[in-house]
Amino acid sequence: MTAIDTVIIGAGPAGLAAARGARSVGRSALVIDENWSGGGQIWRGQAQQVEGVAFDFERQVASLDELSYKRLILACGARELFLPFPGWTLPHVTGAGGLQALVKNGLNVQGKRVVIAGSGPLLLAVAANLAKAGAIVLLVAEQASWAKLSRFAFGLWRSPSKLAQGIELRNSKYRAGLWPVEAYEGSVKMSDGRRWSCDYLACGFGLTPNLELARHAGCAVEDGYVVVDEWQRTNVAGIYAVGEMTGIGGVEKAEAEGWAAGSGGRLQGEHGRFVKLLETSFALRSELRTLATPDTIVCRCEDVQFCKLDGLTGRRDAKLQTRCGMGACQGRICGPILGFIQGWEVDRARPPSVPVRVKDLCSKT
Amino acid sequence: MPRVTLNGVVVDVADDVSVAAALMNLGVSARRSVTGEARGPLCGMGVCFECRVTINGEQHERGCMVKLRDGMEVISDGN
Repeated sequence: MTAIDTVIIGAGPAGLAAARGARSVGRSALVIDENWSGGGQIWRGQAQQVEGVAFDFERQVASLDELSYKRLILACGARELFLPFPGWTLPHVTGAGGLQALVKNGLNVQGKRVVIAGSGPLLLAVAANLAKAGAIVLLVAEQASWAKLSRFAFGLWRSPSKLAQGIELRNSKYRAGLWPVEAYEGSVKMSDGRRWSCDYLACGFGLTPNLELARHAGCAVEDGYVVVDEWQRTNVAGIYAVGEMTGIGGVEKAEAEGWAAGSGGRLQGEHGRFVKLLETSFALRSELRTLATPDTIVCRCEDVQFCKLDGLTGRRDAKLQTRCGMGACQGRICGPILGFIQGWEVDRARPPSVPVRVKDLCSKT
Repeated sequence: MPRVTLNGVVVDVADDVSVAAALMNLGVSARRSVTGEARGPLCGMGVCFECRVTINGEQHERGCMVKLRDGMEVISDGN
């Protein structure tokens, strides 16, 4: 097997920029992504290619030991943060970006009534995309207050390119300081007591980075993000982290970081301010910590109710006593929830990063 | 246009449609939880494992990560 210089995990904006950067200095590059096409979540379905770069789609990296490389660039992106409230496990309750991803992959929402709720600029992007796909968006509920949102809008004037990217706070269905408190078959009750009939409730409370592989590699993580220097190097020799993994900041930051890591250059531009602006403007209000009732399911894989966590001390304790976080998603959904509600730190991460069949495990050794 | 079998029903689906989206279009939920609740896709991006179904005899495949291809056979526990 010919050794590849730069292996990139993730074919979103950061990973693709890293691939272009690597090619620009004549390095060979391979991009691995678990989806069937490139673009990541934001450009899903739009063909993305980089001349001279090999792509390996529909491949999930369970362990970094599978790979050989001189340099590894982690561009694993982010997922949505979901929060538990009564009814959130009903089949018509999806993520906000989640519903958008499903629509991009063929879900028909023509004429469907949708309530979008949660937090962050993504809600408005989702609203626009769903409307374009024929859905009737009834309401876009942002948990942050108008006061915080106006500070966000004001802060954007210092980053004019963000406005050009279409971060747009005007939408007649947009309400601030509003969040879901209970979902029922075919409807949802919001925090102002009003009930809305809907076919889908699309709910996402911001983004949380995918840090599993970085943690396996032993990369230092601080305040929820991978620590990198100006060249996007982590503390582990030969391993770089780019994009949402180093701070939720959107496409522009992701591409700049990807390019720097790929080409071996220093990061251009100032991106930290926008990360901070997003963080403070859309910080989650404390009321959201108390939406779950005692019988609300917190761990969806193992159906662990919130009351079962009473008196437990942390994630490890919860795993041992209740199987919370031990199901198929390996705590990807309930982990950040417990971080937010209970203040519980992440447990130690070990490969495989995703469930692996015994037959596949055997074939690898 | 792929022709596939979803819970025993033969249907033609558009290109580039995921198993999870096709099941939702039929109004079918993906799986039963360990206590028997009907569940459907949540994250849509391979993270939550709520859309697990049996595809061509392989159990626990994530429906949102698999593109429907001609001849595919999908069985879901939900309905």
